[in-house]
Amino acid sequence: MISIQNVSFHYPGATDVLQGVNLEMRDGEFIAIMGENGAGKTTLVKMFNGLLKPTEGTVKVDGVDTNKRSVAQLSRDVGLIFQNPDHQLFAETVSQELGFSLRNFGFSEDVIQRRVTSLLNTLDLERYEKASPFVLSGGERKRVALAAILVWDPKHVIMDEPTIGQDYLQKDRLRNFIMQLVSQGKTIIIVTHDVEFVAECKPRVVLLSHGMVIADGPATSILTNSALVERASLVPPQISTLMRTLSDIGGNPEIIDAYSADDFLVGKLRERVEAPTPSQRK
Amino acid sequence: MSLKFVQGFKFTKIESPIHKLDPRSKFILTIGYFASALLFTNIYVLIVVFLAQVPTVVLAKTSRRWLQSMRGGLFIGIFIFIMNMIFGTAFVQSIAFAMRFFAIMSAFSLFFMTTSADDLGLALEQIHAPYSIAFTFTTAVRLVPTMAVDAQTVVDAQRSRGLELDKGNFIKRIRNYVPILIPLIISAIRRSVELAEALESRGFGASEKRTSIATLTMRLPDYMVIIATCMGVGLAIYVSRYVPLPNLVIPIKLPPLTWPKLIVFSGR
Repeated sequence: MISIQNVSFHYPGATDVLQGVNLEMRDGEFIAIMGENGAGKTTLVKMFNGLLKPTEGTVKVDGVDTNKRSVAQLSRDVGLIFQNPDHQLFAETVSQELGFSLRNFGFSEDVIQRRVTSLLNTLDLERYEKASPFVLSGGERKRVALAAILVWDPKHVIMDEPTIGQDYLQKDRLRNFIMQLVSQGKTIIIVTHDVEFVAECKPRVVLLSHGMVIADGPATSILTNSALVERASLVPPQISTLMRTLSDIGGNPEIIDAYSADDFLVGKLRERVEAPTPSQRK
Repeated sequence: MSLKFVQGFKFTKIESPIHKLDPRSKFILTIGYFASALLFTNIYVLIVVFLAQVPTVVLAKTSRRWLQSMRGGLFIGIFIFIMNMIFGTAFVQSIAFAMRFFAIMSAFSLFFMTTSADDLGLALEQIHAPYSIAFTFTTAVRLVPTMAVDAQTVVDAQRSRGLELDKGNFIKRIRNYVPILIPLIISAIRRSVELAEALESRGFGASEKRTSIATLTMRLPDYMVIIATCMGVGLAIYVSRYVPLPNLVIPIKLPPLTWPKLIVFSGR
């Protein structure tokens, strides 16, 4: 569990980036942190593995204050995946890239070998095992960066903007993969602007604005609240807008993603087609 | 650590007589300090060259950041000292070489702290340097803070992967920086390619003759600085050639390095 109590933070000589943030993130929960640019999202997640320490308040990971642990110790349990893969890739081959953190954490060579191979398979990267990370496409580099963190199997996984630069198919795969991790009991926290992605995953949503939590709850209720969404400089999911437009002829405003909308609308249309017309009824 | 070091080379807008000087005269002043530091190996003179910059630093109201950059350079200074000692330079002489490094670093730190990238570009243009060169130079200076932010992000990203920078012996610590340097260099190269493409698509170099809305003019203080610099350098040259200088000798010297002899040559 990651618990944040009354956390405020400011960089030296600057104004507060975070103000009195309170959050409880239970094990196995799937959470999306959303908000406008500069709302403090990245600053907040950097506290989870101790890269930043709160100026006020406490951050506890599994009951231990982050002030009492080094980043390396905390990272063993909290895997943080940065937004830009180019900020971390450096090794000669993809498999060495994955092995780097395992070596830092002192895993034995045969465990390293096994984990790297299994992760490469899971993320569809096995053909790049011996390739340099730098020759891969943007989306592939992003996946390598993801693999490089998941390889040591951290309990809590935080992803900063995981969907940027991914095509639709990859996003879909990412969603499935995240769901798989959630079902394994991992805490997954994503920082994102991608409303449609969140609408499809339906995690718990924490909305940040100007360093404060302005809403915290299920995706469906938050993303359909246009006042809240606007305050955080987001727009409601397109499906939600469509459903609202259709509300007078039976649209369901609770539906925010394309998959459910598909089922719903097809169902409705079938009902109409299959229902006996007035002439048939006679 | 690394960020503080950069502070000492970053321009900030402050009202001071040094900031107001023409970049050309400031550059001549810097070169003056630089040349005087190179003229001597005598420790007393190098200390004087170093201390001679202090009034300028104070006048420019940048003493705090100047001190920070000096502290940041301490590692390299100590490195120079140790290397000289290892390769058989005398104790005092090794200190003098480190001192020379500080004198030179201080001069450039002063220049970059008090000269904006725009002024520098203008100065280069007005001394008829090709625009592409002036542009490259100003862009390089302007990208330093961006690179510093990048460096911090890379450090954060690698620490999140369990890298502990200050762990291990001397060699290990240097090797710890490989995962930091490679992403930094790669992203700098990527950025430069992107920048070049963006520039070309916006018509960079389309017109042969560029005009500039602002022009630099030399004023009285500038001429005074230039004359003072010339006199200072003149004096330094005179002293280095004709004035016998006292030498400080502290007889500490490491035994000369004996390279391990190869067995092949050691005879039968």
